[in-house]
Amino acid sequence: MSTQPIQPAVRHGEPLLAVRDLRVTFGRRGEEPFRAVDGVSFDVRPGQTVGLVGESGCGKSVTSLAIMGLLPTRGNTVEGTAVFDGEDLLSLSAQQMRDRRGADIAMIFQDPLSSLNPVIQIGRQVTEVMERHQGLSRKEAMPKAAELLERVGIPDPRARLANYPHQLSGGMRQRALIAMALACQPRLLIADEPTTALDVTIQAQILALLKDLVVETGTAMVMITHDLGVVAGLCDEVNVLYGGKIVERGTRHGLFARPRHPYTVGLLDSIPRLDAPRGEALSPIPGSVADNLPWDSACAFAPRCSNALDVCVEKTPAWEGDDVVGLRCFNPMGVSR
Amino acid sequence: MLRFVVRRLLQMVGVLLVLSLLVFVWLRSLPGGPVSALLGERQTEARREALERALGLDQPLPVQYVRFMQRAFQGDFGVSTQVLPGEDALDIFLSRLPATLELSFFALVIAIALGIPLGYLAARRKGTALDTTSVIFSLVGVAVPVFFTAFLLKYFFAVEWNLLPVSGRQSIGLDATRVTGLFVLDGILTREWDAAWDALKHLVLPSLALATIPFAVVFRITRASVLDVLDEDYVRTAEAKGLTAKVIRGRHVLRNAMLPVVTTVGLQVGALLSGAVLTETVFSWRGVGQALAEGFLQKDYPVLQVLIMAAAAIYVLVNLLVDITYALIDPRIRTR
Repeated sequence: MSTQPIQPAVRHGEPLLAVRDLRVTFGRRGEEPFRAVDGVSFDVRPGQTVGLVGESGCGKSVTSLAIMGLLPTRGNTVEGTAVFDGEDLLSLSAQQMRDRRGADIAMIFQDPLSSLNPVIQIGRQVTEVMERHQGLSRKEAMPKAAELLERVGIPDPRARLANYPHQLSGGMRQRALIAMALACQPRLLIADEPTTALDVTIQAQILALLKDLVVETGTAMVMITHDLGVVAGLCDEVNVLYGGKIVERGTRHGLFARPRHPYTVGLLDSIPRLDAPRGEALSPIPGSVADNLPWDSACAFAPRCSNALDVCVEKTPAWEGDDVVGLRCFNPMGVSR
Repeated sequence: MLRFVVRRLLQMVGVLLVLSLLVFVWLRSLPGGPVSALLGERQTEARREALERALGLDQPLPVQYVRFMQRAFQGDFGVSTQVLPGEDALDIFLSRLPATLELSFFALVIAIALGIPLGYLAARRKGTALDTTSVIFSLVGVAVPVFFTAFLLKYFFAVEWNLLPVSGRQSIGLDATRVTGLFVLDGILTREWDAAWDALKHLVLPSLALATIPFAVVFRITRASVLDVLDEDYVRTAEAKGLTAKVIRGRHVLRNAMLPVVTTVGLQVGALLSGAVLTETVFSWRGVGQALAEGFLQKDYPVLQVLIMAAAAIYVLVNLLVDITYALIDPRIRTR
């Protein structure tokens, strides 16, 4: 099994991807524009795995699609910068972006069945990336595709090349998608809820595979998930998103050991634990994202927050911190008053 | 695949058997009938009975049906009583088929050549002037009756502006050699270019008139289907791979979007081949549709039976072809 190590084109320590003040607004005719991502900034360093965590609708997927240039252009505005290897992805032309996607930056999606073209053989779906970016012919790319399938743990890869997506199991499909993403040895991999549609045992396998692959190839990864278990197993650094803004950031160990934002605490408390006494009810976060206040004049999370003060509905909490640790909260947990 | 085809062919026999019974009973339950149509005002009780006996219509229906089926299995579908008295009914169908084939083929080519690209473009530019115009145009195409479109075309292009022939398949007096009965093809095969050109000119208006509905249907299905596919996750995956717009369009969007279009085209082929009654009548096109109209007007049971059964057989066969095409495009069906 040969793996080509990636060339460290970026000096270690310098971010490979630096997202600054990313704002995405959805505008539909006759509707109030909706700000899905509201000033998100984060860094991803080479070889690092960064998590974007939050519940549905917090803007984590939109963030990744905006970086990839995959948001529909009509009615949407994307502001801010996303500097990848010295180049702002958001100001590239559509054609330049096409050259980066799949080659330098690759993406894995949530639902492996619907993300694969049902009428095209798996092999072809793997080779087409290499044909596009590495100038290989289909014939030249086929053995490489088999190698890739083997590398992501698909048994009998040569036979699988001729299979169609419906002939593979869910886990195998996600492995195939990962193989496609890794085909051109990207330096950054964005994984958007890669395990959500899978069985729990398969989830663990896929996460282990991703972990092995990023370690092996040195690929940096942005892991988008609502599942803190995934974060705990995989991410070096975690960003917790709420209502389109990052509300807390920390290293994996720091965040799990000492969560400070009430929302992060709520997320951790709503995970079922084996060591909790039997019969003890889970403590979900009350309310839903529909209760959010506008960030312009309050903390969006205040209506659902167990720790809210008067100031929380009067002013926007400012970001306090840096690119490693930070918090956006007037009244963090664990601070006595 | 072979088992699938054989199974479908066997099913087709069943369909045709049931249909033969329905057609048989249905035709005979219509008021009037060949006897009164033949005799007209010279009708007397004695003549009626004599003719009924001669045609075998005095027997009870089940007996008539069994006899009909016995002969049909030997390829004998009876003799025309009115349309071309004395002529074998099956021969009438076969002699009319090339005209209908030729007309349907051109109409279908027009419908597909316009419908699929326009449908794709309309979907890609959803909400733009191009989209709205084509949608309205296709609505009009479906809504306006074919005989009206046919008359309009004929009035302006043939009568007023004298650009194209008024009716028929080829100019009278043109000494063209017949090979297949498809006049344009015959002209090309025999290198009688003037004959081919003349036949082609005759084809333009009828095939345009006939194409309006299939065009509208193909256009609308293509548009809807492309819109669906553009929203699919696998198109986003293809975009995420950085594939070129051309590859995404051809390999990922169109191939999947064509699935419902294939079904629709198949249904349209079936409908076209069973005879374009209105168009053929307006343009005096001597095809199956015109024979069907004549047969109905004159209550020619044998001719009608052959034409309807043949139409059904063609319909089922075309659908089989559609299913095979479908299986070729979509592997999910092949392995089932």
